[in-house]
This record gives sequence, C-alpha cells and structure tokens, in this order.
Amino acid sequence: MASEHTAKAFDSDLQELTRLVAEMGGLAERMITESVDALVRRDVALGKRVVASDVEIDRLQHLIEERAVLTIARRQPMAIDLREIVGAMRVATDLERIGDLAKNMGKRVAALENDFQPLKLMRGLEHMTDLVQTQVKSVLDAYAAHDLPAAMAVWKGDEEVDAICTSLFRELLTYMMEDPRNISFCIHLMFCAKNIERIGDHATNIAETVFYMIEGQQMLDKRPKGDMTTFATTVPNS
Amino acid sequence: MTDLSVSVSTATGPVPQAPLPEAAPKVTARGLNFYYGEHHALKNINLTLGTNRVTAFIGPSGCGKSTLLRIFNRMYDLYPGQRATGQLLLDQTNVLDSKLDLNLLRARVGMVFQKPTPFPMTIYENIAFGIRLYEKISKSEMDGRVEKALRGGALWNEVKDKLNASGLSLSGGQQQRLCIARTVAVRPEVILFDEPCSALDPISTAKIEELIQELAEDYTIAIVTHNMQQAARVSDKTAFMYLGELIEFDDTNKIFTSPSDRRTQDYITGRFG
Repeated sequence: MASEHTAKAFDSDLQELTRLVAEMGGLAERMITESVDALVRRDVALGKRVVASDVEIDRLQHLIEERAVLTIARRQPMAIDLREIVGAMRVATDLERIGDLAKNMGKRVAALENDFQPLKLMRGLEHMTDLVQTQVKSVLDAYAAHDLPAAMAVWKGDEEVDAICTSLFRELLTYMMEDPRNISFCIHLMFCAKNIERIGDHATNIAETVFYMIEGQQMLDKRPKGDMTTFATTVPNS
Repeated sequence: MTDLSVSVSTATGPVPQAPLPEAAPKVTARGLNFYYGEHHALKNINLTLGTNRVTAFIGPSGCGKSTLLRIFNRMYDLYPGQRATGQLLLDQTNVLDSKLDLNLLRARVGMVFQKPTPFPMTIYENIAFGIRLYEKISKSEMDGRVEKALRGGALWNEVKDKLNASGLSLSGGQQQRLCIARTVAVRPEVILFDEPCSALDPISTAKIEELIQELAEDYTIAIVTHNMQQAARVSDKTAFMYLGELIEFDDTNKIFTSPSDRRTQDYITGRFG
C-alpha cells in the first residue's frame, strides 16, 4: 500500500474494507474445509452448519458493498484507491459465490445415505480440495499483500485442479456403469467435484482482480484450461 | 505438473486502454522556461495542446500551472521582471516574439479568470465592448453577435429580457458565464480557464463544465483547476505539474485511473506532502 493520505479517515475507510474482505475470505476458507469434511465423514450436522454459515458470508458481502459505495461517495477516490475499492467489491462477489458452492456441498451430505464409499474417490476429492484450498488461501494472501507474482502463480496453477477434476469424472462414470445403485451417490459427488473446481475458478478470478488493482489494466491472456469434463467419457481419449 | 515459475510479463498481457487519437497541434511548447525575476518558475516545459481538445492542468499550489497559462496569451507581459525563454507556438506563430501584436494574440487566445470580472456596464455592452475593439460592425450585426455570444455562454435564455441591466446585477455563476460569452464574442481560437469554478456553487459549476465541453467543439481549451474531479470530468488530456516541472502529460482517463508517475498518483489520491 502507498503512503498515507492527507485525510487520515480515508486510510481507515480503506483498511476497514480490506479487513472485511479478509474476514469474509477466512469464512469462505472454513466453509470449503468443513463442507468437504462433512462429505467425507458423512457428518450431516457439520453439513448443516456450513449451510448456516452462508448467511454470515452474504451479510459480509452486503457490508463490503455498502462501505465501498459510501467510500466512493464520500472520498471520490482516484487511481490506485479507486481500483482498491472496486477490487474489494469484486473479490467479495467471488467469495460470496465460493460460499454458495460450499453451502451446496453441505446440503448434499444429507443425501448421501448409501454405504457405498470408494476410498480412492474420496481421497481424490480431498486431494482436489487441498489444492483448491491452497489456491484460495494463496490468492487471498496475495490480495492482502498486493503480491502480483503470487497472484499470477495462482492464476496459472488452476490447470492442475482442472486435470484432477477430469480424472475424477472418468472414475465416477465407471462406478456408475458397474452398478446402477451407485448412480445417486456418484451424481452427488460429481456435483461436489464440479463445485470445488468452480471454487478454483473463483480463485483465479480473484487473481485477475489483484492484477487489475496493481497494474491498472485488465488481463488479456486466456487462462490455460485443463477441465475436460465437458468431453469426459469412460474410456480416456475415446 | 503445472509450471508455477512463470514470469508475469509472459503470463499476462495487459489490455491496453485505447489511447485518444492524436489531434492536430494548436499550441506547442518546446523547452519553455519562465522566470519571475530570479525565480525559475517553469522548467523546460514540452507539451502540445491538441486542436478542439480540453487540456486540464493540475498540481499543488505554486507548481506553475497558472504561470504556464499566463504565457499562452502573454499575460505576464503586464508585469516587469518576468520573462520566458524557449519556444511557444500558436499554430505557426511564435508567441514569445517581442514584435508580436499582443492585442491580436489575446483576441486569438482568450482567458477566463477565477473570479468573474464583468465590466461595470450593461450586459449587452459587456459583450459588445470587446467586439468593437477589433471590428467595426453595424448595430443589427452587433445585436446578432451579442446574442450568439450569450448563447455560446449558455446565458441567453436567462438575460434576453434584461440586456440593459448591469452585468454586476447577475449572480456569480451568471457573471462567470457572461465573462465566457465575452471571451467567445471575439471569436478566439484558444480559451484559457484559470480556475473558472472555484468561486461558484455546484449548480453553476455544473453549467460551466457542460459549457466547456460544448465549447470544445469550436475552440481549443486549457483549464487550470484545483478540483481533480472537475479535471477528470471535463478534460481529454491532463497535465500534472509539480515545482515548475511537467511531471506527467497523458490522456485524462489514464491519469485518473492508472498514472505512470508515483508523484502524480500521490497527488491525485490525496497523499501529497
């Protein structure tokens, strides 16, 4: 962050915004962890707690928007300050969507009544979650520290998440073909995997926002895409 | 495994903001210096005002922005001990030429000041006075010119029924628009505004700002302002000056969203000093 404003109250307005985004980010990270824990352990109560957390994350998003609009009206920010405020609003929107996706996984816990639980699948899901969780954490750190190289590493790193998601999809398809009784479970798990993959996409959105905040320009390049689930079949490369 | 060791410049290409197309140069300063006696007030200024563009000059008090404006029509000649060196061109005319007809120059380069300065005469005469200095025209022709100028100053509808009232009877905002009309009346090519709204209320300010943008269709405009939002609203190009130097000169959209120089950024975001 640049040096202090002549109007000190402006600095505290901006700091408050950054603090609220950090608080919201912390909550989003917790929701991701808890929703996947609830899935793996079939912990319906924990799933419900994640669903309940969504109210809080929505409240924070509204608060950030309100503060941002008020700061714009009050201070007429320019250049880096303006981008900082617009950035906070954009990050808050992504975090709110992350919260929704975690909430959606929390809801699905109750639907997984089946005993069928292939360990390998769950490990795959957990591994993917770990990766995405790291992405989200790194990008929020990069946002707070205005660290462009760190944000760009996240932006690039999403490809691996996409690749795992694709292989998970293939596996789920084989389980469903083996036994139709697995279908309900596998469909739910498929949605969860897709949710986690989309959380990774939101992390890259935040990385793009960090780029905008620091450089003052939008990013041009297309991100490398590894998510091939749109084309996934049971037999690779068929 | 994904390559994380990517350098930022290759990973991302910034989307370039579309720059403003170049306008034909109207006023060109090259290596321009200015001295108040011993004090070196402007240091090696190089810039071009594009034809029909609005160029804003911003910077902290004493940075030289008003001084620069006062060179454009040689206002400084009124004071002893002040001199300019370097080159200043209005089209092909050398503005600093000591043999230049200053009345003619000031007809080509009009100026509007911070405080409205109507003459203590009727509204009609405020406009006609300037025209008579340069041209001999009939009464009916003069009526037409006065109306056109007052319309140009966005004042006609408010004063058309009281053209014989004193210019001083108008409100501050109206007086300022009268001064703009007076400037427009002699058909200048360039209009200089030195903080034209700093003594006005927000509504009058908005009217003047709208007027400036309309005037840019016919004139080349330079405006000095302390109000950064105003510079951002009305201008195409913005020049940031500091301690007698031109620090940054670029498209207004660029200056107010992502300036290149740290000092510009500090100033426009209110972090200065």
